[in-house]
Parts: sequence; C-alpha cells; structure tokens
Amino acid sequence: MADVTTRRDSPEAVAAEKPGRAPSPAPAPPDRARELRSLLARADVKLSPYLYIAPFFVLFALVGLFPLAYTAYVSVHDWHLIGGQGEMVGLQNYADVVQQPKFLTALRNTFSIFLLSAVPQLLAALVIAAVLDANLRAKTFWRMGVLLPYVVAPVAVSLIFSKLFADQSGMVNTLLGFVGVDPVRWHADALASHVAIATMVNFRWTGYNTLILLAAMQAIPRDLYEAAIIDGANRVRTFFSVTVPMLRPTMIFVIITMTIGGLQIFDEPRLYDQQGDGGADRQWLTMTMYLYELGWGAQKSFGRASAVAWILFLLIVAIGLVNFAITRRIASDGSSSGGKRR
Amino acid sequence: MRNTRKPWLTLVAGIAGTALLTACGGGGAGTSGEDGKTTLTIATFNEFGYEELLKEYEASHPDIKIEHRKAATTNEARDNMNTRIAAGGSGLADIEAIEVDWLPELMQYPDNFADLSDPEVEGRWLDWKAEQATTEDGKLIGYGTDIGPQGICYRADLFEAAGLPTDRAEVAEFLGDSWESYFAAGEKFTAASDAAWYDSAGAIYQGMINQVEAAYEKPDGTPIPLDQNAEAEKVYETVLNASVDRGLSAGLTQWSEDWTNAFQNDGFATMLCPGWMLGVIEGNAAGVQGWDIADTFPGGGGNWGGSFLTVPAAGKNVEAAQDLAAWLTAPEQQLKAFEAQGTFPSQVEALASDELLSQKDAFFNDAPTGQILANRADAVEVTPFKGPNYFAIHETVADAITRVDTDKTDDAAGSWAKAVQAYGELGLD
Repeated sequence: MADVTTRRDSPEAVAAEKPGRAPSPAPAPPDRARELRSLLARADVKLSPYLYIAPFFVLFALVGLFPLAYTAYVSVHDWHLIGGQGEMVGLQNYADVVQQPKFLTALRNTFSIFLLSAVPQLLAALVIAAVLDANLRAKTFWRMGVLLPYVVAPVAVSLIFSKLFADQSGMVNTLLGFVGVDPVRWHADALASHVAIATMVNFRWTGYNTLILLAAMQAIPRDLYEAAIIDGANRVRTFFSVTVPMLRPTMIFVIITMTIGGLQIFDEPRLYDQQGDGGADRQWLTMTMYLYELGWGAQKSFGRASAVAWILFLLIVAIGLVNFAITRRIASDGSSSGGKRR
Repeated sequence: MRNTRKPWLTLVAGIAGTALLTACGGGGAGTSGEDGKTTLTIATFNEFGYEELLKEYEASHPDIKIEHRKAATTNEARDNMNTRIAAGGSGLADIEAIEVDWLPELMQYPDNFADLSDPEVEGRWLDWKAEQATTEDGKLIGYGTDIGPQGICYRADLFEAAGLPTDRAEVAEFLGDSWESYFAAGEKFTAASDAAWYDSAGAIYQGMINQVEAAYEKPDGTPIPLDQNAEAEKVYETVLNASVDRGLSAGLTQWSEDWTNAFQNDGFATMLCPGWMLGVIEGNAAGVQGWDIADTFPGGGGNWGGSFLTVPAAGKNVEAAQDLAAWLTAPEQQLKAFEAQGTFPSQVEALASDELLSQKDAFFNDAPTGQILANRADAVEVTPFKGPNYFAIHETVADAITRVDTDKTDDAAGSWAKAVQAYGELGLD
C-alpha cells in the first residue's frame, strides 16, 4: 500500500535538494567600485525580493483593488447601464436592494445551492480520494478520469444537464418513472431546481477536490498507518482515525475555496433554462445572477448591481473570517497546499 | 505523486485560461483578415433565413467575409447587445439585429447607431415600420426586415382524430374571429383529445396584448402603473382563465426544452403563428406530419414582433456593414428569406409581388402562406404603442403568467401581486 516513490518527494527532501536562494556575493572588488558594489549588493538583498513579488501586487492592484474601489464608488451613485453616471445617492442603492424581496430569495437560493453542492461534494471527494489512494492498477488513468468533468466547459455541462432535467420531457424524470417515482418538477419547484443545479456543480468539481485531497493523503506518513495496523485497526478505523484528522488543514482549504466559489455561482443557474433569469418566480436566482439582473436586466442600474457586489463581497469576507478562526483553532501547523479554485 | 500532479494542474489551468481569453476576445468585430478581406459580423436571433443569402453576398463580393452569430432567444440577444453598448460598443457585431419590442429603449440613445437614412431606401418599407426606427430628428437607425402578421397554425391530424374539420377554410370558420370563439373551439377539441389546445399562456397573452393600443405606457411614453392598468390586468385574467381554469394550455414556456420537445410528442394542437414562427415550427417539428395554417386570427388581426438591422456606430466597417444591411433588407432578398424561414416582408414592393402571394409551404400541407399572411397583415388594425419601458414591464407580466401556467406555483391573483411588486422594483414612477 505504501507508495515508495512518494518518499522521494516529501517536503524535506525537496527542500534539501534546492540550491541556496541568496545570490552569491560579488568577488572581491578593486578600490573605488567597492563601495558602490556593496551598496548594490545590500539593495539586492533588501529590495529585490519586493521587486520579485511586485508583479503580483501590481496586477492585483490593477485588476483586483481598483475594480473593488471603483465598484464602491459606483454603488453610491445613480448609474445607468447605458446612460452612465448620475447623481450621488449615498447608501440609497443598498437600501433599495435589501428591500427588494428578490434579494432574500437570491440569498436563500445561493446558500441552499451552496450547501447542496458543498456537503455531498466534500464527502464524495473524500471517499473517492481514499479509493484512489489504495494500490490500484492503472493509477494515473483513474486519477485523470476523475478530473475529466472539470475539463468540460461549464456551459456545456449546463446545456446537457438542463436537457436531462427538463420538467416534462427530461431523461431524469423518465428514469425515475421506471422505478415508480412521480416526475419531479425540476424547474417549477425551488428545492428541486437547487438539487439539479447542485448536481451540475458536483459533477464538475468533485474530481478537482478529490485530487487535492488525494495529494494531501499521500503526504501522510505511511508509518502512521503501519502503526495503526499493528495496533489492530482495520481499514475503516484507520480512515477515520488517521486519514481524516491528518487531512484537516487541507479540508479547511477546500472548504474555503468551495465557499468562495459556491457563493459566486453563476454559469450553471444562468444556463439552467432558456431565459436565464432564474425562473419565473426566481426559484434559482443566485446573488451573482441578481447582480446581473439589476445591472443588465430590466432595472439597468449599475448602482444597485454594485451595491449587491459589495454586499456579496462582505458576506464572503465574513464567512472567510469564520473559516479562518476555525482553521486557527483546529490546525496548529495551519499550512496547506493546493491551487486556487474558480 | 505531488510532482506528477502539478503538470496536469498547470495544463488544466492553461486550458481554462485560454478558454477564458477566447471567450473574452471572441468578439473582435470588423477586423481585416490577413488575406485583405474585410470580415463583417452579423448578429441575429431565432431564424432570420439569412444562411443562403449571406453565402450569396460573399460570392458576389469576393473581398467580404461574413461571420454570422445566432442567439437562440431575443432576450439573449438583447442582454448581449446592452452589455456591449454599455462597454462603449466594443465587441458589437457590425450588424446587430434588434426586435421591435426592445427597439424603443435603444432609440433613447441613437448616438450608438449609425444613421442609415439614404435616399435609395426611402419608401422601401411600410410607413409605420420605418417610423418605428426613425428618431424625432429624422435619423433612421435600423432597416426593417420582417413583420409578424399572425395566423393560427394547427395540427390537422390531431383535429381529425378529435372529429373536427381539417380543411383550412373550414378550420378558419370553426376557430371564428374572436378570442372567445377560439377558446370555445379549444374546449370542443380538448374534450375529444389528450393534447392541449395551445402551447403556452404566455404566447396567447402576447397575441392579445399586441392588439392593445397602449398596453403599458401612455402614448407620450409615461408608464402606466401596473396596479392601475385595468386593461392589461383584464387580458391577463382572460388568458389565465382560458389556460388554467378551462384547461386549454399545455403549460409550456415558449423556447424551453419541454416546449421544443412537445412538438415531437403531440403536446398541443394549435399555436399563434406569426410568419417568423413558421420556420421555428418546421425546425422543431421535423418529421411530424399534419401542420397547417388557417387564415384567421382572433380579435381581428395581430402583429407579433418583426425586426430591424442596425449598424452600431462603434463598428470599424460601418459603410460596408450598411451596404450589406441595405442589401439584405431589399425586397428581393427579403422574399428569399421568407421562402427559407417564413419571415414576412415589411417592404412595400415585396408585399405586392406575385412571388410572395404565390408562395406555398410544403411543410404546412402546401398552404399558400404568402397569400394567407398577406391577408393577415391587411387585417391588422392596431399598431400598438411601445415605449422605452415596454420590454421591462412586459417581462414582469410574462413572468407572472409563467408562474401560473407553467410552474403552477401561484394562482392568478397572487402572481399578479408579485408582478406589481416587480414593477415597483423597476423604479419607473
């Protein structure tokens, strides 16, 4: 079961192999140039690290910070999609938005879809990762296999699933009919539509999270398992007593990225029907769709749309802080690996 | 395994990134290719019948290459267009087709469009059609393509199975010329058949509201508050009474997956049929025998939709685009489009031509569609006023109808209250 090749890649080994990062000091310089060189060398040590990371922060300021600030600026103005900037109205847009019943609907839908997708996704990813971590034949094949749905464009996924989940003529209802279940009204019923949309999200993201969890599982020292087995623990017991606790930091990471992505869900619900406005009663209108409807739909108000964008931002930050607090408490080492999601 | 995982992630990230870039950069309109050809983009929706025409134009203009983007629904086309106009016109096609229902809101910002007025095209269209796209100071922002005079399309085979007349003229008589007689005929049909009478309450509402002179706005453009709009509310109630209480509607939303599929499994027997719908029916009902069209319309004629070709001022090839738009909307070309997809001409010369009047459609049991739609166009008495907020207000009522007819989550009164709420959110008063 223990994969010998992974040993070589343990973090310690990698770190040991890495060449020293600091540039080697200049060879003994002759007379006057000496002072300048030492100045340069000191600047090199002190300044260049900031220079190296600057591109990220410059880009971030350009495409992250500026839009954020500009959105705040727009959100306190009357701002028409085509007509452009109007009067400054203070927090009126925020008040307008919060008072519209659609706001609460969107909030409800977003969290409902988020929970329906995040919870099953995490459980499924954990189980699949555990299976992939076992000593299978054609490992790479299976590992790549779970990632395949991730490569499919979300638009394509949505188009296919919205056909499968058609209320009257969809395949899902036909299959349910074979086992004697009454047709589910996948579009008309709010909860059913959330389940259908969550299914698309799960289809796409489970494999991705599986791989992240798998990577973390492989970093668990194998002697822990050996010790557990010697102590008489069976597979199930080692999974719950060794694997799951060791995965905690990674799980926190996965959950945070899931939260950020889940609260911003747009493609899947937008393409769930032909109109793309979240259903006649806004059964599956999410926050980002609501934002879009305000800005580009009938109201054509960028001001209100920006207000929603900021409310959503604050919401995500708040949930992020809660997550962070939990991380601090649970994981003492805190660090985890993995890329960004969505 | 950590190291071997990374290349794949990088690859995936690369693919995703490239896809993103292409998605954003895909809108580059009006670029001159390396081979010296000018590429013109034209954006349409539903079926305009332009496929063959564009090829023909390319053949006669070797230096022009045409890229055709088709949106599935008008809503989609409208969203897309508004977004791009808001972005200063970047990514707009060289020619953008727009529908009459959302023309008025764009007419508020005529600077976004090239002035297409040209002595050569003067008098080409029906007066009211050209007027719709003319600003107060005489700028013409769109060339008219089609209009949508409506007949009633029906399934002769389902009529026969229900023991009803099947011949075009007899059916026209059976359906009568008022909405009540049309609904009453439906009750006779549904009593003898499993299929519904018509596809969608929303479509019937469209048909009826298009006969109202000033549906949602006073002729000076001020919106009528929805809770005081007795006329629209009455139409709303009539439609839902017939659709739900009398059970005539199949409960489908037009353009939805279920609606498209219902053409293949005998979902409904009749539908309101503007000229441009003929092509849609033919496409959705491929292989189904028995469609025909009756020369009648409840409530005295009605026009549903009709479009224009505009040339956004931000385009790089405004002149070439104007030439193409003028060519496409010339009577000869519109007749060909009509032949292909049933988009009924708005051009005076085309309306009088023998070519139009002798037009028959094999799919609709060789019905003389040209003559029938010309009769239907003559029967149109009302040119409804549609102001800048028509589309937005109409959507709130359309949603209300869908809630009752398709979703069955609300009753008529409760759904109307929600529409009034949604109207309030528009902030028009």
